[in-house]
Amino acid sequence: MRSLFANKTLGVFTLLSILLILFIACPLAGTIISTSPALFLQTLQDPEVREAINLTFSASLMATGLTLILGVPLAYLLARVSFPGKWLVEGIVDVPVVVPHSAAGIALLMVFGRQTLLGKAFGLLGIQFVSARPGIIAAMLFVSLSFLVNAAREGFEAIDPRLERVARTLGASPWQVFWHISLPLAWRNILSGMILMWARGLSEFGAVVILAYHPMVAPVLLYERFQAFGLRYALPVATLMILICLLAFITLRVIANRPNRKDNVHDPIP
Amino acid sequence: MTQSHSLTLQNLTIDLDTFYLHDINLDIAAGEYFAILGPTGAGKTVLLEAIAGLHMLKKGTLLLHGEDVTNCPPETRGIGFVYQDYMLFPHMNVAENIAFGLKLRKAASQVIKTKVNHIGKLLNIDHLLHRAPISLSGGEKQRVALARALVIEPQVLLLDEPLSALDPSTREQLQEELRHLHNRLNTTIIHVTHDFEEAQALGDRIAIMNQGTIAQVGTPEEIFRTPASEFIANFVGMRNIFKGTTRPNKDNQENTKATIAFQDIEITALTTLKGQVHCTIRPEDITLSTDILSPGQINCFEGKITKITPRGAIAYLTVAVPPTFTGLLTMQTLKAMALQEGTRVTLSFKPAAVHVFK
Repeated sequence: MRSLFANKTLGVFTLLSILLILFIACPLAGTIISTSPALFLQTLQDPEVREAINLTFSASLMATGLTLILGVPLAYLLARVSFPGKWLVEGIVDVPVVVPHSAAGIALLMVFGRQTLLGKAFGLLGIQFVSARPGIIAAMLFVSLSFLVNAAREGFEAIDPRLERVARTLGASPWQVFWHISLPLAWRNILSGMILMWARGLSEFGAVVILAYHPMVAPVLLYERFQAFGLRYALPVATLMILICLLAFITLRVIANRPNRKDNVHDPIP
Repeated sequence: MTQSHSLTLQNLTIDLDTFYLHDINLDIAAGEYFAILGPTGAGKTVLLEAIAGLHMLKKGTLLLHGEDVTNCPPETRGIGFVYQDYMLFPHMNVAENIAFGLKLRKAASQVIKTKVNHIGKLLNIDHLLHRAPISLSGGEKQRVALARALVIEPQVLLLDEPLSALDPSTREQLQEELRHLHNRLNTTIIHVTHDFEEAQALGDRIAIMNQGTIAQVGTPEEIFRTPASEFIANFVGMRNIFKGTTRPNKDNQENTKATIAFQDIEITALTTLKGQVHCTIRPEDITLSTDILSPGQINCFEGKITKITPRGAIAYLTVAVPPTFTGLLTMQTLKAMALQEGTRVTLSFKPAAVHVFK
């Protein structure tokens, strides 16, 4: 610490950093501290809250699972293959991060709304998006898929292609190479991406509220309690959400910092 | 060595973004230890990967034991591959790495166990089987990589700079073992390296590669004695490479003797080449003495020692005539002759010691 402050530049940087960290930490800590423990326990037992939390968790998990099936192959393609229009595909994957989430909700409504072609087609199959669970999943998937796809892509890119080539010479088909080499080696990145995506899905409000105000996910419930009953009753729900997300990120850090066996994993060849 | 061809490359041409291989033709005999020698960026690795089936050919054919495998995927070729930096699967232990190819072939677990133990013993890594690759030394990793490739009993084994990442003593030891393994298993081996001494020590024959083409193929002796170009001469560590013009020789009865003029001196050599040529004289073929120059003698020049470079029991002497020649003496002779930098000496060599090439 002494040497840190001996350097003036680093000293100034440290002070500036502390300001920013406090800006994030204070409201979070304040929320948790201001929540009355009794009310918090009562909230935990509130069926409406429990239902909302269940719905939020399971819908986000579903969105993450769908992206695992559809997005990991996409990530592998992006990491390994160059094709015309790749920049466009990359752009499309990243766009949900920057689009206002309410706009994302509107966009989804345009495709999956009750009166749209796709909406009607799904309706025939008994799947309804507006004000229904599939709509919540669609909204969560839309706004958070970038996290998983990009994390998986980074994982695949970090695998030396020669590991895959050696596996081919040893008798593995491309399919076997993917299952025995690429996927196990990228698994940690994929898992981090899944946790990140899941946590992002949990916290989604804007897109979800436009497609499905009901059934209520936790962030919508939080908003409603704030609107209807005021700050005091919104606080316990907010605390609960914050604690869950903190837990998700602690898990993420634990996974990321586990000692690594990947001695042969290189930076991608430029 | 049998005469049957293990591997035949015909007009092999590859066009990758970063590398281009042009019209590669090679015939490699079954059981041959074939070295491919070339500088970094010559396309050696790409050539090996192409033989393994890892790159699409733009043109050409690849025959494996007479059978056309040009369009066969790598997993069906039965060609083993070992990379310079080992490429061990980091999520598997040593035994799992070695067993990988056997498992894909659906071998019975007892068979896998026996084969892994056997190859482990052969390569002296049987005590490491349970270890993770990250915990091994470079030499150990390379043995595991070799075991993993050999356990599937490949028809051809491709080695891409297998010794380059190792420290000198490990390199020497593993080089010896490679020779030993080859003698014992009689697998056809293609060994890529940028080190001429390694190629010379191991290869039955050597192909010199430069800028995506094969520049010369021959036994180590042929390549060292009679390099086909200035590039090869330089690359194999030839010294005394001179460029000059041949002149008709007065007393040239057999039409093989020529005088090559360059800078201010003339060298007499045995050659039928005309015009612009290169010539080299091996340092050990140059005789150095402190005797006074007898006038008119061919290939005899006087110069000053500008540098003495000891290399173990021998020393290279740079003698400026000019041009600059490099001679070779044992340290013992060097001491006996009391030569030092600055001493004037006479150097001479026979016309037959001059290798002339275009």
